[in-house]
Amino acid sequence: MIEIKNLEKTYDINNHSVHAVNDVSITINDGDIYGVIGYSGAGKSTLVRCINFLERPEAGTINISGFGKVIANAGRLYLERDGKPRPLLDKDLRTLRKSIGMIFQHFNLLDRSTVFDNIAYPLKYRNYTKNEIRNRVNELLKLVDLEDKRDVYPSQLSGGQKQRVAIARALADSPKVLLCDEATSALDPDATESILRLLKELNQKLGLTIVLITHEMAVIKEIANHVAVMENGRVVEDGEVYDIFASPERSITKRFVGTSNGLGKISKLIDDKAVDAVPTDRKKLIKLTFIRSSVNDALISRVSRKFDVDLSIVLANVDLVEDTPLGNIIVELSGEAERVEAALKYIEECGVRIEGVKR
Amino acid sequence: MKEIFQSIFPNVCKYWNMFIDSLTATEQMFLIAGLLTFFIGGIFGIILIITKPDGIKPNRVIHAVFEIITNVFRSIPFIILLIFLIPLTRFITGTAIGVSGAIVPLVFGAVPFFTRQIENALSDVDPGKIEAARAMGSSTVGIIFRVYLSEALPDIIRATTITAISMIGLTTSAGAVGAGGIGSFAINQGQNMHYQDVVNLCVILLLIVVALIQSIGSALARATVNRKLFSR
Repeated sequence: MIEIKNLEKTYDINNHSVHAVNDVSITINDGDIYGVIGYSGAGKSTLVRCINFLERPEAGTINISGFGKVIANAGRLYLERDGKPRPLLDKDLRTLRKSIGMIFQHFNLLDRSTVFDNIAYPLKYRNYTKNEIRNRVNELLKLVDLEDKRDVYPSQLSGGQKQRVAIARALADSPKVLLCDEATSALDPDATESILRLLKELNQKLGLTIVLITHEMAVIKEIANHVAVMENGRVVEDGEVYDIFASPERSITKRFVGTSNGLGKISKLIDDKAVDAVPTDRKKLIKLTFIRSSVNDALISRVSRKFDVDLSIVLANVDLVEDTPLGNIIVELSGEAERVEAALKYIEECGVRIEGVKR
Repeated sequence: MKEIFQSIFPNVCKYWNMFIDSLTATEQMFLIAGLLTFFIGGIFGIILIITKPDGIKPNRVIHAVFEIITNVFRSIPFIILLIFLIPLTRFITGTAIGVSGAIVPLVFGAVPFFTRQIENALSDVDPGKIEAARAMGSSTVGIIFRVYLSEALPDIIRATTITAISMIGLTTSAGAVGAGGIGSFAINQGQNMHYQDVVNLCVILLLIVVALIQSIGSALARATVNRKLFSR
């Protein structure tokens, strides 16, 4: 478990300070795929780099099970084990980093080393024999499905293959945690999908805890089970991925969810006057969110029949989030005012969430 | 063959032993000063890279000291440096002339140049690779050897080639103020005695050596881009 409490990090850029991480508290449980989403500059990269102390937090605590509790105080780091804090040494940091793997947007492989030597990097100059290293690397190559690329150089690999090598390298020392910094942002859609599938597989097979930074909600939807939304250095919303997708609260979260299910397009349609979206007593543009059980319900036609109102579907989308369906429909509801009211009430009673769509 | 050589370069043959001696002297200056420059300049370059503010061991004081040393000696013209360093040279080697007298100013002249070249080569290493190595728990020494030096090898070879060629130039300048070698042979026997053939041979020889160094350097640099030097 990684428990981050009240973490602070400020940068000094050209004499004005940037609050990159502002009072952030999150808990990452073992076996989680924890997504951190935000626009660039939101502080998500800095937050994740604080976990392996590539960035030194100024205040707050990070409790990492199996390592200890690191306390940041006025920029100094202390390590607390069994209740006794002492200054955190470089040696401790190196030990910690060996137990936390990390992969990057641009892979950061060594171009002058073969795939084999790249993966062997964390194992060399440690107490492993040549044989042990060779066996472990072969095992890892098999794990990431690159056995035939053993003696090839990174310049001869595709982006997806490079990221696979990076994953194998990060896992060489059997870490419990893998940090992914925009790991799929530089990949094409096919490679993105295969890397995400691999990560999910590793999570299930090895019980690997994965912390994943991204600016794409689709990535979160694909594999994460927990998500934190960051804006201006703060975590503004966090929770189970399904809940966040079903009922985003903050406007930034709604925007991210909108980009992933295509319903974000509605505001553009309204602006372009593509739908007759002026709400009157007789006509309402509403968004219905069907969660879990209500997805398979033939609600629209039933409401239409029962209340004698017209429901015209403007946009619709069904997603699988954490293997559970989640449906969204934007409908234009028209009819006599009291019937419309009654219909809305009925829909709500059926467990479907209603939101008015505003321009 | 011998007759042809004798007919083109009669005066070189007249001073043949002196010619061979001067070649040996140049070779000694080049190798000793070159090796010293390679190691001292290399270490300086590494220190500059790792102590810079966003380096892996930031240290403002050390960085500033090495910056200043490099800049000061880089801005003094070599001929002036030669004269300026005579007292120090005497102190270190006991003499200011001959091969041993030339080593000190040669090193002082070439180290700043090589330092900058190495600094450039190392700063071209993608910071992402350094970050990845740090994230894997590599130590400072590990990062220097396994990432910086290893990844920058083609550029380091290029820097070494350029420095080696300019080192040959420096040895001939040193020759002008009593260091011996091919430079002083060309001046004393060639220019002062009006034996143009001596100068001609020196020029031809230097051209060949420089071309050789350049082509070996370029070939090695090319052979190491994105791969190991010796690989299947």
